[in-house]
Amino acid sequence: MAMNGPASAWSSGSGRLHHQTISIIVENCAGVLARVAALFARRGFNIISLAVAPTDDEAFSRITTVVDLQETSVEQLTKQLFKLVNVVKITELPPGEALERELVLVSVRCAPPGGPGPSRGEVGDLVRIFGGTVVDVGQEALTVMLAAEPAALDEFEELLRPYGIIDIQRTGRVALAKLPHQAFRRGRGAPGGDR
Amino acid sequence: MQLTGAQALIKSLEMEHTEVMFGLPGGAILPAYDPILDSPIRHVLVRHEQGAGHMAEGYAHVTGRPGVVMVTSGPGATNLVTALCDAYMDSVPVVAITGQVSRPVIGTDSFQEADTVGITRSVTKHNELLMSAEQIPLAVRQAFHLATTGRPGPVLLDVPKDVLQEKAEWYWPNDHEVSASLPGYKPTTKGHPRMVREAARLIAASERPVIYAGGGILKARAADALRQLAELTHAPVVTTLMARGAFPDSHPQCLGMPGMHGNYAAITSMQEADLLIALGARFDDRVTGKVNAFAPKAQVVHVDIDPAELGKIRRPEVPIVGDCRLVIEEIVRVLEASGDPQADRSAWWAEIEQWRQHYPLYYAPQVESEPLRPQAVIEAIRDASPPGTTVVSGVGQHQMWTSQFWRFEEPYTWVNSGGLGTMGFAVPAAIGAKVGRPDRTVWAIDGDGCFQMTAHELVTASSERIPVKVAILNNAYLGMVRQWQEMFYEERYSEVYLSPDLPDYVKWAEAMGCVAFRAETPDDVAAVIDKANAVDDRPVVIDFRTDANEKVFPMVPAGASNSDVIVHPSQRPGGERVVQ
Ligand SMILES: Cc1ncc(C[n+]2csc(CCOP(=O)(O)OP(=O)(O)O)c2C)c(N)n1
Ligand SMILES: [Mg+2]
Repeated sequence: MAMNGPASAWSSGSGRLHHQTISIIVENCAGVLARVAALFARRGFNIISLAVAPTDDEAFSRITTVVDLQETSVEQLTKQLFKLVNVVKITELPPGEALERELVLVSVRCAPPGGPGPSRGEVGDLVRIFGGTVVDVGQEALTVMLAAEPAALDEFEELLRPYGIIDIQRTGRVALAKLPHQAFRRGRGAPGGDR
Repeated sequence: MQLTGAQALIKSLEMEHTEVMFGLPGGAILPAYDPILDSPIRHVLVRHEQGAGHMAEGYAHVTGRPGVVMVTSGPGATNLVTALCDAYMDSVPVVAITGQVSRPVIGTDSFQEADTVGITRSVTKHNELLMSAEQIPLAVRQAFHLATTGRPGPVLLDVPKDVLQEKAEWYWPNDHEVSASLPGYKPTTKGHPRMVREAARLIAASERPVIYAGGGILKARAADALRQLAELTHAPVVTTLMARGAFPDSHPQCLGMPGMHGNYAAITSMQEADLLIALGARFDDRVTGKVNAFAPKAQVVHVDIDPAELGKIRRPEVPIVGDCRLVIEEIVRVLEASGDPQADRSAWWAEIEQWRQHYPLYYAPQVESEPLRPQAVIEAIRDASPPGTTVVSGVGQHQMWTSQFWRFEEPYTWVNSGGLGTMGFAVPAAIGAKVGRPDRTVWAIDGDGCFQMTAHELVTASSERIPVKVAILNNAYLGMVRQWQEMFYEERYSEVYLSPDLPDYVKWAEAMGCVAFRAETPDDVAAVIDKANAVDDRPVVIDFRTDANEKVFPMVPAGASNSDVIVHPSQRPGGERVVQ
């Protein structure tokens, strides 16, 4: 997918892109991702991020994709997608109605205590505040991980930047629809997924 | 019972009632050609795989059954791509079988390997690489099911050579297994009752309705239902290029073809309508002209089996997903049951009659000393043809004139390449149409440019004794392009001249086993047509030398509003003297 924009382009509230998260259940068979990706390219829809994995039923996969769209073309996109024989179900996940998460791994510069420049402690504090974890420790760098809402990742990234980011990799977004709220009001638990 | 993949493939095609297939063998598909010797399926050996594809399309157009094609890997498959794209654009049911290199060498750039599934992905409704022989029967059943249901289209199965050679237990899946194997495929056929009622309400109330009938009417076999709806509502009907014949041209409510080269009354009635009843039509740019100036006063009821067509170009007030025949019948039922009177449409018809009278289709009459008028040639062929004659055309001026001047009375008598506009379609599609309906006379009305693209398939027609008739409207030009250069590029003619006698069409046709004639003067025309009609055991070709200056009118220039129709010079204010 050559269509990855810069991570900061989808910061919330920027208003530049009308991004839309779409969850597509497909048959888990050879070539299905190529079909979906080719359809996006052919119909002129721009993919911002993509995450694919089998569902709990191995026969199906869930593709979660964020696309850059005009309001009006969401409907056209889902209809075109649905024409693919291997596409079984499509759910549009408007921003307020979805639980969205991404994961980021960042290697960031920091010196041992007493060394020159910012210390591991400062970076470690940031990681704790955001609820991330340190996954690797080097002489003069830490690699940290954070799984959170995309906007939190944007902030985290901005706050780490002054320390010196050596390398960064964000995943594509994954999302599920929020559970119906009545379930909570009636005091029942919230079992089950979105099916 | 153990069968090889090849035997299972041919047996599966037989089980799907395949009576004929069009193809050409080669290394990877070789195993599948052996069981053909023992099969009742007729195989038509083409001279180029594109021809096989268009033959399958012609067959499908006139029979309503899927056309079947079989070709080898690599160049065989890539030669088929144009025809697949053509079938995709015009929603023609085709099942294509392509050979593929053996499984162990897939991905190694082995001899005649091409990524057929990748190449054809965007020009097929579905395609599949089969990786085991036991998959074959289900895959064939799926292919026929997908090609013929919902919005029809081409489906391709790519079969590696070693899969054709491998043995597997024969098993023919039942309907339930087929639908269970396609969990994401459930076309909606019945219209939503509330939407149907809403459509009926708008129709009854409309004072200026137009029924905009598209190719979907033919795919849904809805011509009778369309006629019922039209006669019940007394609404005018326009039939798009893909729908010619879906409503009889002789019917008083038929306004003919809309769009870029449509009848003035058809184009203008849509511009002035208060309601468009779009049935199996897709608001193609050749119909709408400039979209935001198209039918500006109209509300839209849009019926289509493909939900993606609803709102793709024009947002309908009443979208109805469903099979055209079922939905139209339902609308008719609701209209009849409601007993509501239809709105008064007499003023509307009075206006339409004005347009019809002032701007009929027109060409300057044939003058003895001048080259043949192509429109007159078409009319002469038309008048000498028995009812039910199938007409096939290429792409260009001759196509538009044929659509305009033939008189289509029955569905499935018109075969052409609408969406893709594929030059070279006519000869092979005519052959396929004749194979599908051998009882009908088949005339291909072709251009000289188009003819040169696929004429070699007349060798196929001669050797298979498929007696099609081909009229070449030989204007020595890529005429349609010439017309645009004349009108929009200040008569700067660039790369459009072909020559009237290179090749010598008569000699060429004779070399291909056809009977051939030439007509150069108006006196020749009727006589050669009679001679051509007398031949019924081999193909006939007539080289009609036509006037290169003749243009197609009316015309809405590309990108212009449909309110700006350029009519024939003699119909403009001041008549003949006004020069465009
Ligand atoms: C395969 C292909 N190449 C190019 C074109 C563009 N094109 C459309 S009409 C036309 C001229 C066709 O010439 P001819 O068959 O002589 O028909 P005429 O317009 O003269 O009746 C051309 C080149 C096309 N439609 N298809
Ligand atoms: Mg020509």
